[in-house]
Amino acid sequence: MLNKIFEIIKIISLSKLTRIIVFSLFVIFLTLGLFESLLLSPEDYIQSDAVRIMYVHVPAAWISLGIFSFIAFLSLGIFIFKNKNFVIIAKSFAPSGLVFNLIALVTGSIWGKPTWGTWWAWDPRITSMLVLFLFYILYIASWRLFENDKAAKISSLVAIAGFVNVPIIKFSVDWWASLHQPSSVKILSETTIHSSMITPLLLMTAAFALFSVLIFLMKYNIELIKIKTKGLDRL
Amino acid sequence: MNGYGLFVWSAFAFTLINFFTLYVIIYRQLVKENKKFELKFNHLEKIKYKEAFNQRTNQALVSSNAAQKI
Repeated sequence: MLNKIFEIIKIISLSKLTRIIVFSLFVIFLTLGLFESLLLSPEDYIQSDAVRIMYVHVPAAWISLGIFSFIAFLSLGIFIFKNKNFVIIAKSFAPSGLVFNLIALVTGSIWGKPTWGTWWAWDPRITSMLVLFLFYILYIASWRLFENDKAAKISSLVAIAGFVNVPIIKFSVDWWASLHQPSSVKILSETTIHSSMITPLLLMTAAFALFSVLIFLMKYNIELIKIKTKGLDRL
Repeated sequence: MNGYGLFVWSAFAFTLINFFTLYVIIYRQLVKENKKFELKFNHLEKIKYKEAFNQRTNQALVSSNAAQKI
């Protein structure tokens, strides 16, 4: 059953059409998102136009957290199911996760200057996001430093260990005194952000998610081709 | 942008530049690996070629690439 699902994922991801569809959707959502966030959305009554940085900063942070959680979940699957497909999928998501984490850190720093008066503060959320960035680096580095099977095990352990940091990032604003405000967008209770601001935020989140899928598809293709090229040698 | 233009534009520009750079890096890797695969696949002996083509993933790879023998 599991192998059949992976076989379908393989065939879909190898198709150029899938990539074209994802790329087209990404361009559409990004265009709409940029239009909404830079032109249509209102300025904030306190932060003025600096609030527009939120439309790249917040989605980037969400996606990087989501990707790392997914990698950790797949890494757990590697130990439970001993299935190599989990390894390839987890490995293929890492580059986009790292880039989104970097974007969240840098755009946060750019946003910090006009609102807090500083480029960097050792705030609990910023620090925990920096720790996540280091875990991404460790995860990717373990693939470069070790051989295949050893790399899969070590990188999985890094991802599982790094997952401890995910709830710390999420609840850091509630547990400690932070420069960050508590969550405005909530799944279980009412969102405290106005609809004129939530629309660009969701459009940009969709665009960023599509971009990470696009990069995943390409990277997954690369990993499969590498395996198949090795397989041709053994024929 | 009420004096915040430099901050807003630099944040958006940084994001888009990172997107473009990552896309180009991964795309180049994909093209390189595709070429390696095609080269090996097209130089297989006839029997091995058939054996390789019978694998579904190989079929999908060959059909999505430029070089096709069958």
